[in-house]
Amino acid sequence: MTDRWRSSLEKICIPIGALVAALALFGLFCALAGANPFGVYYSIYRAAFGSWSSFQNTLIQASPLMLSALCTALPARLGLVIIGNEGALVMGGLAAVAGGLTLSGAGAPVLGVQLGMALAGMAAGGIWIAIVGALRHYRAVNETISSLLMNYIAIAFLNHMVNGPMKDPSSLNKPSSYPIPEIDMLGTLPGSRVHYGLVLGLIACGLAYFLIQRTTFGFAARTAGGNVRAARVAGLPVGKLTLAICFLGGACAGLAGMVEVAAVHGRANESLNANYGYGGVLVAFIARHNPLAASLVALLLGGILASGGILQRSHGLPDATVMVFQGIVFLSVLYSDSLYGKLPIFKPRPARPRPPVATATAV
Amino acid sequence: MASEALGWWGIPLAIIAGTLRGSAPFLFVSLGECLTEKSGKINLGLEGTLLMGAMSAYAVSYLTGSPWLGVIVAGVAGMFLGCIHGWLSQQPRVNDVAVGIAMIIFGSGLAFFLGKPFIQPSAPQLPVISLGAWSQMPQVQSALQISPLFLAGVAIAPLMQWFFRSSRWGLLVRAVGDSPDAARAMGISIFKVRMASIVAGSFLAGIGGASLSLFYPGSWSERISSGQGLMAVALVIFARWNPVQCLYASLLFGGAQAIGPALQSVGIDSYYYLFNASPYILTLIIMIVTCSPKRTLTGAPGALGQAQE
Repeated sequence: MTDRWRSSLEKICIPIGALVAALALFGLFCALAGANPFGVYYSIYRAAFGSWSSFQNTLIQASPLMLSALCTALPARLGLVIIGNEGALVMGGLAAVAGGLTLSGAGAPVLGVQLGMALAGMAAGGIWIAIVGALRHYRAVNETISSLLMNYIAIAFLNHMVNGPMKDPSSLNKPSSYPIPEIDMLGTLPGSRVHYGLVLGLIACGLAYFLIQRTTFGFAARTAGGNVRAARVAGLPVGKLTLAICFLGGACAGLAGMVEVAAVHGRANESLNANYGYGGVLVAFIARHNPLAASLVALLLGGILASGGILQRSHGLPDATVMVFQGIVFLSVLYSDSLYGKLPIFKPRPARPRPPVATATAV
Repeated sequence: MASEALGWWGIPLAIIAGTLRGSAPFLFVSLGECLTEKSGKINLGLEGTLLMGAMSAYAVSYLTGSPWLGVIVAGVAGMFLGCIHGWLSQQPRVNDVAVGIAMIIFGSGLAFFLGKPFIQPSAPQLPVISLGAWSQMPQVQSALQISPLFLAGVAIAPLMQWFFRSSRWGLLVRAVGDSPDAARAMGISIFKVRMASIVAGSFLAGIGGASLSLFYPGSWSERISSGQGLMAVALVIFARWNPVQCLYASLLFGGAQAIGPALQSVGIDSYYYLFNASPYILTLIIMIVTCSPKRTLTGAPGALGQAQE
């Protein structure tokens, strides 16, 4: 086994090991709560990947997760820990509804309305996170805390809009905006219930990977993320990079909001704030901020989220079980970060000195 | 309604009442976070600790009938989460901010999981101390009903100040937080000091949760915390890592939180949801004004947010 193989095997084995450990801990937790852990595993598997019908649910859950994960993963390459996904998603959803209603009211063609909704959502989410980046760069405000606060502000703004200016008077027990016309909704992929948001998510992850790994822009961002001072000395525009990366990340989360509105809910209301934001943070961290890995992890987490209902129905576990599971996975993955380079199996072997040739004069 | 008789005077009275009622969680969490950050680590997970404290206090108070036992158990539950954070965030190459986010998810998930059966029943509440007996007006009397936990928090703030300034252990915490290398040279175990600070800080945050579920709003539900645990982290920066200033800042935040309901009580409710966001907006504005890229903040522990080797 050469050293290169060893190191790439390490990069695959440690996260998988962390997931297995998290599954074991979660099983222990379920056993303590009085449920049969193997039954729970089987239920999760069946609800997530067991049949084509349930796999479609997983795919539907995975698409906003992929997009929202990029809101954490892209800025992370610049060394920023941004968790404002929820806020950007909410703002994107609101802007998409506002844009969609305006455009369809003006009699725009279906494709125009959909494009307008996507652009409005991306712009709103992008600006929302770009504000966080600007505060970080110009005022040195901690980006984690400011983005979290912006989440609460965005949710308050959503509540204000759907209870006030944008309220549809016919939505009584769940205040909502006016609905987007049926015809302007995002369609489903042929032969399935899965909407086009999945395609958008996959494309966004692919583009993000290309941008970070294969372009000078991405190289500059990674350099600045590695060492800001060195990047400044090299003449990189750190401020512009920060704003641009934050805008792109936020735009992805905003697009997730647009997908939720235009393909699932059809209107803006409280359901927009359905924890895809924090799920996205988790996906980004498990994927170690790699956009391609994020699309796979989103699939996995989407499956776990899709299994929330069945755990409640067939094992009598509360719906927060899924949240506990997410927490355990997150903690276990973070711990696994400290294991890189420590496990003896993956350590590069020192070039072994040849055993001294036995000479005839021994003894 | 209190404000009907008082007219527009009802607004400041309602804000004062809300401040006295609602600032205890801010106070406890910010004191806990202050202690934690003085030792050089950040604990964003105190939001989860707060929820866990609120749930366990309510559950124990319901099951045993003793709210004070609930307060103690809330603190102990906080310490349990603090142990996880303290151990994990000190592993090599593990980012304490990321651990905090994970602990928010884990702590609140655990609180919702275990707290599911306690949403319906009503638990015995903490006794209140009435300071309003001098007034004839029932509105003033009800506004001046103060939680004993709030008074305890007011007492802890100057005590913690004294602890940092004049006690040997306080010096150890500050040394570890300001200059870990110097502390190591003195033969202090950085791991142990930080662990102790994080666990003690989480104990306080757990008690802050008890104040939520056993005094105001005085019930247990999944929406009981509106991000007080997160705002407290920003509040500590605003208070420049000084416990007594944490007290003033908590009062300010408690007041900001009361603006929305106070205005609603006099009939201004068209911007209700936006006024409810005022604590968050206030926090953000305060951070924008007080932070600067040119200098480090006075009072900031030297090793705060720096990676461990």
